[in-house]
Amino acid sequence: MAERNTFRLMLLILGVVFAFLYIPISVLVGLSFNEGGLPTAWTGFSFKWYGALLENDDILGAAANTVVVAICSTILSTFLGTFLAVGVEIRRRNGKWLETVIFAPMIIPDIVLAIALLSFFSLLGAKMGLHTIIVSHVVFNLAFVCAVVRARLKSFDWSIVEASADLGASTITTLYRVMVPVLTPAIVAGALLAFTLSVDEFIIAFFTAGAGRSSITLPMQIYAMIRFGVTPEINALASIVMTVSVICLALSQRLNKGGLSG
Amino acid sequence: MSTDRRALILMSPAILWLLALMVVPCVLILVLAFFQRGIYGGIEYTWTLENLALVFDPLYFKIFLKSAGIAGLSAGIACVLGYAAAYAIAAMPRRNQPLLLFFAVLPFWSNYLVRTYAWIVLLNREGLIVNLARWIGYQGELPSMLYTEQAVVIGLVYNYLPFVILSCYAPLSRLNPEITEVSRDLGASAWTTFRRVTLPMTVPGIATGFVFVFVLSIGNFVTPALLGGGQFQMIGNLVYAQFLTANDWPFGAALSMVLIAVMLGLLMAQATVAERAAGMKKDQGNG
Repeated sequence: MAERNTFRLMLLILGVVFAFLYIPISVLVGLSFNEGGLPTAWTGFSFKWYGALLENDDILGAAANTVVVAICSTILSTFLGTFLAVGVEIRRRNGKWLETVIFAPMIIPDIVLAIALLSFFSLLGAKMGLHTIIVSHVVFNLAFVCAVVRARLKSFDWSIVEASADLGASTITTLYRVMVPVLTPAIVAGALLAFTLSVDEFIIAFFTAGAGRSSITLPMQIYAMIRFGVTPEINALASIVMTVSVICLALSQRLNKGGLSG
Repeated sequence: MSTDRRALILMSPAILWLLALMVVPCVLILVLAFFQRGIYGGIEYTWTLENLALVFDPLYFKIFLKSAGIAGLSAGIACVLGYAAAYAIAAMPRRNQPLLLFFAVLPFWSNYLVRTYAWIVLLNREGLIVNLARWIGYQGELPSMLYTEQAVVIGLVYNYLPFVILSCYAPLSRLNPEITEVSRDLGASAWTTFRRVTLPMTVPGIATGFVFVFVLSIGNFVTPALLGGGQFQMIGNLVYAQFLTANDWPFGAALSMVLIAVMLGLLMAQATVAERAAGMKKDQGNG
């Protein structure tokens, strides 16, 4: 009897917590399809507000900027992060300071990195824009790619690398023909993670974008819109952004799992 | 070429990147905190401790305490909810647990701004909660829910809860059920077993969750700006203002320095808790 009650209590807790987690975002997505656009009354299902997004040049411009930033920072960080992971794992005996430097970008609060980079770029006299956002995003992205690839390397069979070297392959050939194919799922998972993090990142982009509208990214645009109040367009935009990140990350997670068990 | 050289060549681009764009800028902040603010907002290169002293000026220190209070409250609530949820997930049949965990963490993957915005939709004057109250027949004037301290706490708890669920689930799922059974067989009640056996063994997970929520909350400027509506400032907003509006970078740097010190202290304390717990487990294994 007591067991049954405990189990019911557990189900109740799960119900409450999941309701808390999902009701806010579900309401948001639901309202984005509300014809009238007001949260007060449901007037019918419509894609109207999604259509409105396509006619908003500010939003389209910001979306284009975001894609440029995300793709460039993903490519750079995928190379840097993968090389770093392979290097760290073949070297093995890495000092504590090295591990700290590699781990730090993942836990350093965004605001700290953001103001640090802003001060750095201004003192250098660098003109800020999309390029400064890109190189800044690479800082945390490469750490995440490195972590994902390293996790895969922990179960890597190093004897195939030795075999490749014994058979006369150069370092580059071994890296390219032996290691990369085995690591591909992890590298793609890391790249997808980096891409999503970059698309969603707001604070660092906000501080390193410089003045003017030309380098506004989507999260910066959303932030500006939210400060002006609730509009049906934001509901639609927010729903799209949310769906994209969830899909990318679910995909990344899946690939990563496959890699680890394979 | 030795393996070591090869490894270093592979590592060097990323390491240089991190040195140039993370380590140097962070050191720069530390140095900046000891310079003077120029008359027209620039930086004057004379050493001073004034900025750091100003951080502890009651006017600003109050904001620090307030931020710590809000961060502490949010971390506390998130830990209670997160632990309960993790405990409930761990009590479900094993095969269902991965899926439950997946859905508990899923919202964490969506955009932070979007998740915060969702609460504006719920809490605003024409929002869903007000409408719901009217619908069930509440006639009176409702207190404004958005742009309050409570709204900020709700937003922070909401955003970081999945993290706590993850950090608490890890030790709970590894808990050996035999240990709790022994406790029950020896006559302890379910509550005593939980309080004296389960809870102490899962403290590291709670500590990790608490510290991370606290650290992420105390420096946050987005949630106070959006859900607090500029009604009050948290440290993150103050830092933001020094850099982007007040143009007093040395003071902003000094504020960040103290903020970083608080965060580092907490993270180190959390690492100690985790290490001690790992040591305890080893002792049990040997004994």
